Amino acid sequence: MPQNEYIELHTKRHGRRLDYEERKRKKEGRKPHEMAEKAKKLRGIRAKLYNKKRHSEKIQMKKTIKMHEERKTKQKSADNDSKYGNPSYLLERETQIRAKILSNTIKQKRKEKAGKWDVPIPKVRGVSDAEVFKVVKTGKTKRKAWKRMVTKVTYVGDGFTRKPVKYERFIRPMALRFKKANVTHPELKASFFLPILGVKKNPSSAMYTSLGVITKGTVIEVNISELGLVTNAGKVVWGKYAQVTNNPENDGCINAVLLV
Amino acid sequence: GIHSLQSHMSLLTSRPATMPKRKLPNEKLEEIKDGSNLEEKRIQCVFKSESGETEGSPFELPVDISREKLQLVCDAVIKNDEKVPYAFFVNGVEIRETLIKSVGEDVLSNTESALEIVYQPQAVFKVRAVTRCTSTLEGHADAVLYLVFSPDGRYLASGSGDTTVRFWDINTETPAFRCKGHQHWVLCLAWSPDGRKLASGCKGGKVCLWNPRTGKQISRPLTGHTDYVSTLAWKPLHLDPENRYLASSSKDRTVRIWDVVTFQTHIIISGHSSHISYVKWGGTDLLYTASHDRTIKVWRASDGVFCRNLEGHGHWVNTLALSTDYVMRTGAFDPADAKIVHEDVTESGEELSLKAKVRYEEVVAIGGAQGGTERLVSGSDDATMYLWKPAESKKPVARMTGHQKPVNEVKFSPDTRLIASASFDKFVKLWDGFTGNFVATLRGHVNMVYQVSWSADSRLLVSGSKDSTLKVWKVQDKSLMLDLPGHSDEVFAVDWSPDGQRVASGGKDKVLKIWRS
Repeated sequence: MPQNEYIELHTKRHGRRLDYEERKRKKEGRKPHEMAEKAKKLRGIRAKLYNKKRHSEKIQMKKTIKMHEERKTKQKSADNDSKYGNPSYLLERETQIRAKILSNTIKQKRKEKAGKWDVPIPKVRGVSDAEVFKVVKTGKTKRKAWKRMVTKVTYVGDGFTRKPVKYERFIRPMALRFKKANVTHPELKASFFLPILGVKKNPSSAMYTSLGVITKGTVIEVNISELGLVTNAGKVVWGKYAQVTNNPENDGCINAVLLV
Repeated sequence: GIHSLQSHMSLLTSRPATMPKRKLPNEKLEEIKDGSNLEEKRIQCVFKSESGETEGSPFELPVDISREKLQLVCDAVIKNDEKVPYAFFVNGVEIRETLIKSVGEDVLSNTESALEIVYQPQAVFKVRAVTRCTSTLEGHADAVLYLVFSPDGRYLASGSGDTTVRFWDINTETPAFRCKGHQHWVLCLAWSPDGRKLASGCKGGKVCLWNPRTGKQISRPLTGHTDYVSTLAWKPLHLDPENRYLASSSKDRTVRIWDVVTFQTHIIISGHSSHISYVKWGGTDLLYTASHDRTIKVWRASDGVFCRNLEGHGHWVNTLALSTDYVMRTGAFDPADAKIVHEDVTESGEELSLKAKVRYEEVVAIGGAQGGTERLVSGSDDATMYLWKPAESKKPVARMTGHQKPVNEVKFSPDTRLIASASFDKFVKLWDGFTGNFVATLRGHVNMVYQVSWSADSRLLVSGSKDSTLKVWKVQDKSLMLDLPGHSDEVFAVDWSPDGQRVASGGKDKVLKIWRS
């Protein structure tokens, strides 16, 4: 596996072999035969794994073929099937499938009044202190062990400045600080890359909430002004809660589902 | 040598005592603010009409004259019988409070020639802004797609995705009639200029005619189009006193002119290579069609002969607007004569036609040298608009760029001085109606702006958007005046009644809302 782009660099500088196209074509031509050989020869657990993989590939291929066929037959646009009428200026345009209107603030207020969070992931495995914090030894003889480094993803605010290093007990490394999250709208099934406004609650501990630690199940507040939602009163909705659905420290990104 | 140079330098730098100190601009302004110099500061002015003729001889005016006093002076100089309010402009800048605030220092110092103050007559009547929703009219079973008031503002008709056309009684704000006749979504409506008939076009290509007083269909529907009807345009009242001809544009790339008396197709105009999105019947008996093949074609309406091709757009042409749109829409009814209690129209078709002609000529003449002909503005998916004088040449007068997304609708103000454009980039932009120069951007909506509608006196503008709100804008200050939320889903159609009393809006939430002041 190439670790850098030296192969591409070489092709850019010196070009390819003269018979590259030919060899590529022939190799691709041999591919179905090779795959068939492999499928026939494999036995046991390897065969099972290969068959499973091949099955999912075939499903994908069938889907794309169907899509291509649709294009060949009729150019009927989606608005013929849409439930609602569209005015003439919207008829020729592809519009996103719209979810029902969200009466946002009213629903959110009701939820807050109820006190209980009706969240997609109600129960999360709690993370212990040992998991979240790593002991950092300081001092001339490296014996003092009062500093902790956070090993999970955190969100620090916009105007965050570190405390003076001598007094800093919790170290939040820059590499684990995130500002944006991939938020999925559960009804629209569309994902957006939205800036995080803050950490509302971490289910494991209140201390993690105050530090801004984001683990699976944490409720964060995201900025949804780019969705352009408006309440019935005419005010623009720009913040909503979302719950984190993955382990961000393992994946390198924060995936969340919007709480509507 | 050096000493002499130094002394020479000192001579140059030090001012002799006799020379007056040169006044810096700030000090000059302070002096004027002091009030001590006010009576002394006068300037030669001369009033100039829009067409370029100067009225009377130049005279002196104090520099701090307010707009009200300027109006009085102008009235005295112009010697008008009626009291007409004016807007005053110097070098294109409007005079809001006092002359000096709008004009600036350097112009005042130029005392060689008289300062020209251009006066523009404004509408005599004033329309009050709508502030509250007086009723929510339910009844439609699907989204309201089109809304239009009758030419005298007496009836309101709405077309919807549930294939019905509904008439609403405006005074009691209740449903009047429900008209079934279409089999598909009703996409467009058009009142005949005398207000006696309503034509509706649907997605199946059928055009039906309705009588607003009884709610019944007038005889047979007009069939012939093979695809949906995008817009309808009646022949203007001053050309056709009996309202006999109606033009409809369709996706099947043809425009059909129907004879409403015999219910037959009079002329079929084909020539476009793609879907025709808009058709307009001009006041000089020309038909203008905008199409998705990026051209606008001009046809002679009497025999369907092709006149001109207006090219320039880079993408679909969505919408057209004529400078005489409003006056042709209202026909013989003058918004200035609007009364709260509607009266029955008793004049014959001929008399109405003459009245309409007088009004039409007046509007065409606005602007003096710059006006004189009908102007056409077209908005397109390429985010630009073109201003044309289609009766004269095929070259555009101006290209109006500035929007970032497709322009959905363009509308001339009733006095033809301004053009408002609504676009999918959430802004409404105002442009000069004669030159196409950009005037202002009206920001406020958070999602695509679908439609705009002018008030009858051209001072207010209402816009409806995908973000479910309507906004009323004050054109003089170019700012947002009122926010009208209330709809629970996108607002597809907005209309301001020609008598200025009501605004109706309808949208995807299937209800109509009536707004009053």
